[in-house]
Amino acid sequence: MEPRENTVVKTIPGEKPSGGSEDSLLPKIKRSHPAWRSLRRFARYTAVRVFTLFCTVAVGIYLAILIANMGGYVDTIVEGTIREAVGSQAANNRAVLLMSREDRQAWIEDKVNAQLASRGMNRPFIIRSFEHLLGALTLDLGRAQFLSSDSGSKEVKRIILERLPITMVLFTTGSVVVFFLALLGALFLSRRYGSTLDRIVVAMAPTSTAPAWFYGIFLILIFASILKILPFGGMLGSSIPKTPLMYALTVLKHMILPLSAWVISRIFLAIYTWRTFFLIHSEEDYVELAKAKGLRNNSLERRYILRPTLPAVITAFTFILITSWQGAIVTETVFGWPGLGSLYYQAINAFDTPVIIGTVVIFAYLLALTVFFLDIVYALIDPRVKLGKEGAQ
Amino acid sequence: MRRLKSLFMTLGKYPTSIIALVIIMVLLTVSIVTVITIPYSEARRLWSTSSQAWEDYPKRAEPVWTNWFRGGGSKLPPTIIRSTKDVEPLSVESLGSAGVAKETITEIVFDFPYRVHPSELGLTFDAVFETSAPFARITWITPDGREYQVYDSAIYKRRHSLSSDQPLQRALGTFPLLGLFSSPDETLRELSYETATTPQQGTYTLRVLARTFEAESTLDVKLIVYGRVSGIAGTDHMRRGLIIGLLWGTPIALMFGLLAAVGSTMVTFIIAAIGVWFGGWVDSVIQRITEVNLMLPLLPILVMLGIFYTPNIITILGVVILLNIFSTAIKTYRALFMQVKNSPYIEAARAYGAGGFRIIFRYMIPKVAPILIPAFVTLTPGYVFLEAALAFLGVGDISLPTWGKILNNANTEGALFQGQFYWVLEPAFMLLITGLAFAMLGFALDRIFNPRLRGI
Repeated sequence: MEPRENTVVKTIPGEKPSGGSEDSLLPKIKRSHPAWRSLRRFARYTAVRVFTLFCTVAVGIYLAILIANMGGYVDTIVEGTIREAVGSQAANNRAVLLMSREDRQAWIEDKVNAQLASRGMNRPFIIRSFEHLLGALTLDLGRAQFLSSDSGSKEVKRIILERLPITMVLFTTGSVVVFFLALLGALFLSRRYGSTLDRIVVAMAPTSTAPAWFYGIFLILIFASILKILPFGGMLGSSIPKTPLMYALTVLKHMILPLSAWVISRIFLAIYTWRTFFLIHSEEDYVELAKAKGLRNNSLERRYILRPTLPAVITAFTFILITSWQGAIVTETVFGWPGLGSLYYQAINAFDTPVIIGTVVIFAYLLALTVFFLDIVYALIDPRVKLGKEGAQ
Repeated sequence: MRRLKSLFMTLGKYPTSIIALVIIMVLLTVSIVTVITIPYSEARRLWSTSSQAWEDYPKRAEPVWTNWFRGGGSKLPPTIIRSTKDVEPLSVESLGSAGVAKETITEIVFDFPYRVHPSELGLTFDAVFETSAPFARITWITPDGREYQVYDSAIYKRRHSLSSDQPLQRALGTFPLLGLFSSPDETLRELSYETATTPQQGTYTLRVLARTFEAESTLDVKLIVYGRVSGIAGTDHMRRGLIIGLLWGTPIALMFGLLAAVGSTMVTFIIAAIGVWFGGWVDSVIQRITEVNLMLPLLPILVMLGIFYTPNIITILGVVILLNIFSTAIKTYRALFMQVKNSPYIEAARAYGAGGFRIIFRYMIPKVAPILIPAFVTLTPGYVFLEAALAFLGVGDISLPTWGKILNNANTEGALFQGQFYWVLEPAFMLLITGLAFAMLGFALDRIFNPRLRGI
């Protein structure tokens, strides 16, 4: 690679440079190894994405804080925490215990007000809102008002951490299933364009307008209410299984319906969209040329159709994932799946503000991480990221 | 007009879109008829939890038409209502010397040919008096002539439930419904809901002995044998006819879906045009906002908003539109406007000195506007389901009857556990046909307006 690169560069200075900015870039490019250059571009791309995603998380959380604060709910969280601390102080202080009731109340109020002032609660909201934002961004989520974790903790972070893996198991499995099923299905159908199966899938594509929770209701009705072969919901049933194998099997059994609902609600549209990508791309001239060369179907698909469309497929998949993550609240509620979505629903019903805000924070992070992961995959697949803008033109 | 006609001609090539159009037309008609016949305030009143309009309706009753699919033996009883007002009294007697007090004996009869017990049994008293309340002694007579005294007291409240009357249950030794409807060969004491098989068929009689103590005082007794089927759509746990929710859900769902789709798409479109025309920092700010907005957890934020402020549906609609302005569509429209921006007629407009906004609104937007039509239709079902999802989570206006609200009630009341499938299937069916109709029409429109997809 190195000598060839040099010869190319050497011929350029003789010609007229195409643009001013590229002219100034040329000496730098000349010195660096192409692999290094790719890595640098990749790093820059990653840094930009991380920054954008971080901004997204911050905006999402700030929005949540604004919404909650306009009703004065954020301040109640802080005040509640302080009150609890002062209350336990009073209970451990003999001098305070010996006071009359009014004096003790006054002592507590005094302490609470002092603490509130020291925390800057008397400062304008705009300043405090950024402190709340900083707290939320560093996952300092406070203490729950009513809910508690299964282990008995009142810390919002612990409550959420208990639920997070449960949600991850369901939705990661779901995403992987949807991705591979849709990709294989789309390739299969693009080969059999116009067949009966193809027409059926195209006709089924509109069914994806209904979200997973909606299909979930039907699945519960059929498999739990009428056929009675699968559980209505939950994750473990009435008793906790003893052996790890039984545990896994029980979870799997409870996962069948929510997973199916999720796959059904997404699969047809994904197959239809990706099949259309593939079909449009297979009409490109270079594919026709490859066909004319007598390339086998298999390598034609892999190198000439799949390769250039994969970035678009990944982007489409990212949006599927984003919408589905958001739907987790309703889907988990329908199935009683004890993940983050159910926690959010419980928090809503109990009006537990710290948990509500904490869950929104985690949702924001979760969405951003999902998108980041797919962005990295995208960067690895899309040659434009590695080669930069000039390479693509 | 001619363009519209040719559009319909092209649509004719897609049979699914014709079905979709028919469904949408039906839904629109239903919406208009509903809004006219049941005014908004009336719908809210009927749906509110304190409404008395439903007190003669059974709880959790299936739709009447489900009986068509049941054999003669398993048909479910409808609600039977009989009142002493409608029959001539057997005897009227003056009591005492003053001639003011009266004793009236009335018999009301009803036929019960069903092999399934009714769901409840209740009495409603319509008593008119000034100071001394009338008195009633009511006797239940089974088809084979057994008599049970079910009420013997002065009238102190308007409604009296026989099926949950504890003294009556103690007197009968079993649940009043089973005791009063049991066959003669079944010993009462052994009856429970598990062992009771079929009620006795035949003509039941209720003998009402009413005593009034004032000249103008009257007493009418209404017997309500609550059935297990009721109305076209059945009833819920609060006796409300689901039909009200299903009918009123239609205009709400359509309004919400269409307004959200049209509103957000139009604003997105205009913003994309502004971004392209002015370029530079305006464009890049719009792009960055879009990137951020795409990854915001919208549903959790919406739910939070709904919980903390309990906004009405219009406010929710506004917020939904606001949060969906900077959507992926902005990138598609941007690409379109980029092409338009460089076309000669725009340059001509610039040459005569047109300002930026004049060019955007008079020349750029009208040129690409037709592309919006499929977007309006395709995006609608998504918002219909979003509204349903919010209602399902119990967010938003509680007294507004919507499909999502019915599903929410059904879910929290365990309709699926108890086999009340109609309660879930009816709103789900409405949601499904609405969603599918708009989606199918949208797919067809997409192909018509997007020539690249036409052959595929």
